[in-house]
This record gives sequence, structure tokens and C-alpha cells, in this order.
Amino acid sequence: MFRNVKELVELANTEKKPISEIMIEAEMNFSERSREAILEEMYRNLDVMEKAVQRGLTEDIRSHSGLTGGDAKKLQTYMKEKPFLSGNTLLNAVSMSVAVNEVNAAMGTIVATPTAGACGIVPGTLFAVSEKLNPTREQMVNYLFTAGAIGYCIANNAFISGAAGGCQAEVGSATAMAAAAIVEMAGGTPEESSQAVAIALKNMLGLVCDPVAGLVEVPCVKRNAMGAAIATVAADMAMAGITSVIPTDEVILAMYRIGCSMPNTLKETALGGLAATDTGKQIEAKIFGVRVKGV
Amino acid sequence: MKFKSVFDIIGPIMVGPSSSHTAGAARIGRVARTLFGRQPERAEIMFYGSFAKTYQGHGSDVATVAGILDFDTSDLRLKDSLQIAKDVGIDINLSTSDEQREHPNTSRIKLSDQKGSLGVVGISIGGGKMLITEINGYQLTLSASAPTLLVYHEDRFGMIAKVSEILAKHRVNIGYMEVSRQEKGALALMLIELDTGIDESTMKEMMELDYVGQVLLLPTM
Repeated sequence: MFRNVKELVELANTEKKPISEIMIEAEMNFSERSREAILEEMYRNLDVMEKAVQRGLTEDIRSHSGLTGGDAKKLQTYMKEKPFLSGNTLLNAVSMSVAVNEVNAAMGTIVATPTAGACGIVPGTLFAVSEKLNPTREQMVNYLFTAGAIGYCIANNAFISGAAGGCQAEVGSATAMAAAAIVEMAGGTPEESSQAVAIALKNMLGLVCDPVAGLVEVPCVKRNAMGAAIATVAADMAMAGITSVIPTDEVILAMYRIGCSMPNTLKETALGGLAATDTGKQIEAKIFGVRVKGV
Repeated sequence: MKFKSVFDIIGPIMVGPSSSHTAGAARIGRVARTLFGRQPERAEIMFYGSFAKTYQGHGSDVATVAGILDFDTSDLRLKDSLQIAKDVGIDINLSTSDEQREHPNTSRIKLSDQKGSLGVVGISIGGGKMLITEINGYQLTLSASAPTLLVYHEDRFGMIAKVSEILAKHRVNIGYMEVSRQEKGALALMLIELDTGIDESTMKEMMELDYVGQVLLLPTM
């Protein structure tokens, strides 16, 4: 079994297996379930993700509060009608990531990856990159195991929830997970996956969790958008041979330490950051009425 | 290692918007329902902390009621749970409290009917994971991540030995165990996490022990 990203990469190199395979074997070992049962459960997750992407891109999604919905479609329309600047894969990843997070905000069905607040990034990048690479269904499921392996390392050495470590722990973890999985699907090495994790997570360090009115909507949906963009670019950078000066596990440890020293007002309490802006407080007052202080 | 499975990271499949405020809340409700063992006539729900402040936006109320209806975190009926509860005749009473609790996401649920009642306190700890911290006034920690045996018994010497002897005889390994009592010499509750499930006859053997009351097996949830 591996305890951190270094051990994961070493295991993959020694056994000459991709990260996804190391994760599947670790899961078989831990759960005492068959490979078939484990794959079947992950195929179910993949199906739910695909439906969420499709719903977000085609249906008129609107959350109960009315704060979010419809942006994934806006981006798709823009891509059809205008000569957009970022690449096709990148904007697709952003749009699909937004799609899933909008479905989540509207109480649709999603897969927590690693949480519901960050549920757009892994499936969004998966289906966007798949349009470019045309993987088999099995390779798509392997993407989820690779993402899961990185999430497992982060969760056990730091944290994955906004309440515990800020948005860097939630959207940051999802971004790092996606970056590693993109590399493997694109034919990169386990070491390049690890470098992509470091590059992606470094650009999420310090990000606070400051949801307006405490809802998983503002700024969560747009942070899922940019998480997908960072993951895709980090994967390309790692496959270009760019490496992180600070080793991956030390970046994860830095994320942990930053999260520990972050004040509680910036950890999913809706008391600081964007939640405490004039507009943020007005929105909160409008949705919840009397219980808002200081407005 | 806090997280053991890849499905702790990629999963659960759930109705949004929050793994802690929706899926976790639903799981607390469902464990309460499973411990109660049947559909209640009345459910009293009290939210504390962040649950109390943000339950409307996160649907923590409908999620909790969905759990009480025995729905999974991914069940699409979750959204309509308040109406469904009304239709099947469960009287729901929801309130919030300003009382400071140790954990920000805490709920207290009391389920009852003419035959009896059950009270639990649960906390939602992130990513859809939850812990039950109190059952009928007994302080304990129940994660429902393994088959869990609950044995109500009189608080007297030798009870732990007698129960564990039966488990040993049937070659069932204990992963975690604790005993909680409200006062010395009165009633106590034994919580035993098992590596595998046990059958009806093993449970019956325990129920036939002197000074043992109710015996319940909660499956992995």
C-alpha cells in the first residue's frame, strides 16, 4: 500500500503499472472484493457523471436560490458562435465542469469527487479530454481510479473539505486529482502525473472557502470552472517535461499547514471573504431573512 | 489512515448540493430509521450550528427526512421527501437551536410511534461521512462503516465477556468496541463493530443471555 504520492509513483515504476492499476489492486486488497465488483462500482460512478455533464449542457438548470445555473450552456453557445481564444479542450473542460457543479447546486444527482462542492472538475476534465483522445470506456474508468489515488494521498496527509482546510483542500484537491488523471489518459508517466499534481495544487494554495449565504454556489461553480482549466494546463506543462521545484508531497504538506493556520471565518462558515462582502450579505439576507447579522 | 477506500474519494453518488449538509444529513436520518427498525409515526428533528443556519439552502431538512424514509443519498425522491412523509403519515416536527455543540454540523432526531421511541444525535464530518454520537442518551461513536452490533444490557460484571464469548465461538472478529452507561449499575449499551455480519441464531443466543435486553445489528451503511 502507498501512503503518499512518492510511494505511489515508486510502486507504479517498480511494478511497471499505471497509477490506476496500483489503486485498483490496493482497493482489492483493502476491501477483499473482486476486481469485477470494484470496476462495476466505478462504472456506475462514471455513468452518473456522464448524465450530470449532459444535463448541465442541455437542460435549463437553475438552483433553488436562483444564484447559479445556465453558465455551462452559455459557454457552449459562445464556442459555437464566436472565435474563442482558449483551446477547444480547455473551454470544454471548463464548461463541463460548470455543468456538473450547476446540476449539483440545483439538487441534481452527482458523484462527490472528492466532495459535492468540487464535483465538477474530475468529470468535467474527463469528458472534455475524452473528446480529444477518444479513450475506451475502460480507460475512462481508469481515469477515476488515478484521480482517486491522488485524492487518497491528499485526504490522508492533509484534508479534502472546505470546512477543514478551505477551498484549497476541496477544489484544490479535485484539481490536483484531475491533473494526474489527464496525464495518465494522455499517455504520460506516473512521474509526470505526480508533477502535474504539484503544479496544479501550488496554484490553489491559500484559496479560502467563503460561500455566499453558506450555499454551494457562489463562488463554488466558477472555482470549479477554473479548477478544470488549471488541471488541464498543469497536465500539459508536466508532459512538456516541466517539473516542480518543491516535491509533490511537500506541496500537499504546505496545503495542510496553510489550512491549519487559516481562520475559521474563511473555512465554510460564510463569515468572511466573498460571503462577507456587501453584496454577499445582501444575498444572504434576501434568502434567509432575519438571521443575518450586521446588514 | 482516515480514508481507506478509493470510493471515499470518488463517491458517494448523491443528490446535491453538499456532501456534508445534504448526503451526511441524509445518512444520519437513515441510520436513525434503521435503528428504530420501522417507519415512525412521528419524527422530531433539531438542527444545531451550521445545519441550523444553512439547512434551507442545502436541503438538510429534506435530506434528513429522506433518510428517515429509508432513502439512499442518491434517491431522486429526496427532494420531495417532505410531501412523501406527509402522504405516508409521518408527522415531521423541525426546529433549530442556538446551543453550541462540539461539531458545527449536528442534528438530533427522535423517532416514535405507539410502540416506542428512539433518539439519536449525529454529526456530519465531511465528504458525506457521518458519525452517530448518542443513542437514547448513551454517548458513543457509531460510524456504520462496518456491521455494528448494539446490545442493551444491565450494567453488571461479566456482560462483556459473555457477549464476546458468543462472538468468539462463531469465529467473528471484533474491530472496535465500547460500552456506555447512563449511571453505574443501571442500564448500559454495548457497541461492537464486527469484521463480518452475524446470523439470526447468533443474535438469538445473545438475547437469551441473562440481563440482556434488546440486541440489534446495524448493517454497513
